[in-house]
Amino acid sequence: MYQYDAHDQRLVEERAAQFRGQVQRRLEGSITEDEFKPLRLQNGLYMQLHAYMLRVAIPYGLLSSTQLRMLATIAREHDKGYGHFSTRQNIQFNWIKLEDVPRILDALARVQMHAIQTSGNCIRNTTSDHLAGVAPDELEDPRPYCELIRQWSTFHPEFAFLPRKFKIAVTGTPDDDRAAVRFHDIGVRIVEDDAGQRGFQILAGGGMGRSPHIAPVVREHLPYEHLLSYLESILRVYNRYGRRDNKYKARIKILVAELGIDEFRSQVEAEWEQIRDGALRLERAEIDRLKAFFAPPAYRELPSADLQLQAQALGADPALRYFVANNVLGHRQPGYCAVMVSLKAPGRPPGDASDSQMDALADLADEYSFGELVVTHTQNLVLPHVEQTRVGQLHAALREHELATANAGTLTDSICCPGLDFCNLANARSIPVAIEIGERFERLDYLSDLGEVSLKISGCINACGHHHVGNIGILGIDKIGEEAYQLMLGGSPGNDASIGQIVGRAFSRAEIVDAVQTVLETYLGGRTGEDERFLDYFRRVGLPPFKEALYGDHQAR
Amino acid sequence: MEIIKQGEIVTSAWVHLGDDEPLPAHAADLTVSLARLLEQREPLLARAREGSGQVGVRLTPADELDPLLPVLPELSLVAIEFPKFTDGRGYSLARLLRDRHGYRGELRAMGHVLRDQLFYMHRCGFDAFELAPGKSIHDALEAFSELSVRYQAAADDPRPLFRRRSAAP
Repeated sequence: MYQYDAHDQRLVEERAAQFRGQVQRRLEGSITEDEFKPLRLQNGLYMQLHAYMLRVAIPYGLLSSTQLRMLATIAREHDKGYGHFSTRQNIQFNWIKLEDVPRILDALARVQMHAIQTSGNCIRNTTSDHLAGVAPDELEDPRPYCELIRQWSTFHPEFAFLPRKFKIAVTGTPDDDRAAVRFHDIGVRIVEDDAGQRGFQILAGGGMGRSPHIAPVVREHLPYEHLLSYLESILRVYNRYGRRDNKYKARIKILVAELGIDEFRSQVEAEWEQIRDGALRLERAEIDRLKAFFAPPAYRELPSADLQLQAQALGADPALRYFVANNVLGHRQPGYCAVMVSLKAPGRPPGDASDSQMDALADLADEYSFGELVVTHTQNLVLPHVEQTRVGQLHAALREHELATANAGTLTDSICCPGLDFCNLANARSIPVAIEIGERFERLDYLSDLGEVSLKISGCINACGHHHVGNIGILGIDKIGEEAYQLMLGGSPGNDASIGQIVGRAFSRAEIVDAVQTVLETYLGGRTGEDERFLDYFRRVGLPPFKEALYGDHQAR
Repeated sequence: MEIIKQGEIVTSAWVHLGDDEPLPAHAADLTVSLARLLEQREPLLARAREGSGQVGVRLTPADELDPLLPVLPELSLVAIEFPKFTDGRGYSLARLLRDRHGYRGELRAMGHVLRDQLFYMHRCGFDAFELAPGKSIHDALEAFSELSVRYQAAADDPRPLFRRRSAAP
């Protein structure tokens, strides 16, 4: 993984020192809370319902065991003993004291981490495919480009006060988008044109929130050397012309939609013509320098152990069987696999890990995965380089720490925002709904029978829980002072991107889990067979059978 | 008033003339809005030629630069207003003036200009700063040296860090 040099290290240390001064000035009262707010936000510090929340950047989700141990230490010493992994591959601490933050930033800097630009109206942490570098279907490892974007966007002087936040995602697997790039302000896909030339497809104006948009293509094929100049052109057009009169219309998706993609593209291209051959033009040497950081680890020469894995998948221990079936993922190196560690154990808030679990995972990463872990946008962790023959052993070790939940990719592997339990934007609680669904549908044979179906829950319209792109999406709303939940079906974040459709009137807190069960039963009763996934079924039949089952007639109110 | 200019505290005698204020009879360095500059270009530039004071323009974040370009070589000051510090359009205007249009005169940030924006402003090409009322100009001087690492190419360094890295042995 990327290792800081003296420049990178000095930057995070100076940033920690700078923020110490800013906190000092706030505590003394020489800057107002209004003036402090954007400063703390550019350092990932939010004021939530009960305390400050600190969001720490995990660039493109990649973590070393050393870094994870430091996160465990911070959870233990400065939080209530846990951290929350977010859909943007970051980690959040929910119970932070303002005066502790400079010390936490110092500690993070010691392990090459920071909280720079994890919030605020600036370019946020660049996200990517959690299987980057190991996926068998990958065209090219996107992480060197993610690191390039990270450095370019860090303290970019022109783009620190954008109309609104700005998120970039990169995937190197054109056939299977695991990074939801079509739902980002900018999506970057590594592609090949008809002549086999490698380049980037650039999308812009995607997003969720109160008006979900699938990003249209701005440029089909961009040669690699122009990546940063093209991003800079998009950002400059957005910074100058994105709406600043209305917070809810300030994201780039609104600019793209209001201008139309053709006009937007022509403005970007006109800007780009001016700067394409300037200082930002990339040289092969810089790409190669970054690529060297992401070279594969020292894998052993191993025969494929697929058969042995299959045997475990058929074996006597049902827990291991389901674990292999659901949580063990393919790998490009013969004899290896990637293992998904689910943070969706029944009864636990999705995405949370305790300090002792983080410490245990750091040790297991050292023992089984070359000291590397990846945070997924589905709020789990991946051990990316595990020998297939050691999966049983790893499973037993994970089990001791309640980290062996075999539900990856199933219904209860849900995405869920913090909701009204923590967040001052939320209209309704989301974690208790996720937990109740997790407990109701705990049985692995049932989950296996359901197969691939995604559940995503947000506590408000801002859609941190990605409800628009859940096969089943739940949106918490406020209905005259009562928590209520809208149900939507048919969303997908991937190559076949789609936005979920609202089924009908919202459900009360007491009704919503029953409603999910009705949806699942409707699918199970109607599908042609086990190989018709929930999403396939929905796309075949649409809303009517679900409305019928949920509301008893075709006229859902 | 006291401003920061090229890293030092100096006194500025420039007068920011409102659109409805008449041109003063006496000599003075004046800034006017872009609209007024374009409307009264001749009388304003004549003052400068006669030695009655220099002429500058005040840009708002929404101003387009194209109409300004023909007059730009005649100006001694371009001031960009920040109505709120969260309005970041002025940073792009500054970079365009410096990088694209070759403006080398004084480029001043005014309005809601706070210490913690100075680093970014300076990198975008501003070399003069009128701080928001009530803010310590002496404290603000420290803002320029808080961060010494710059990844990007910008007005203050034409080479991004990756190019400087590869130039090092």
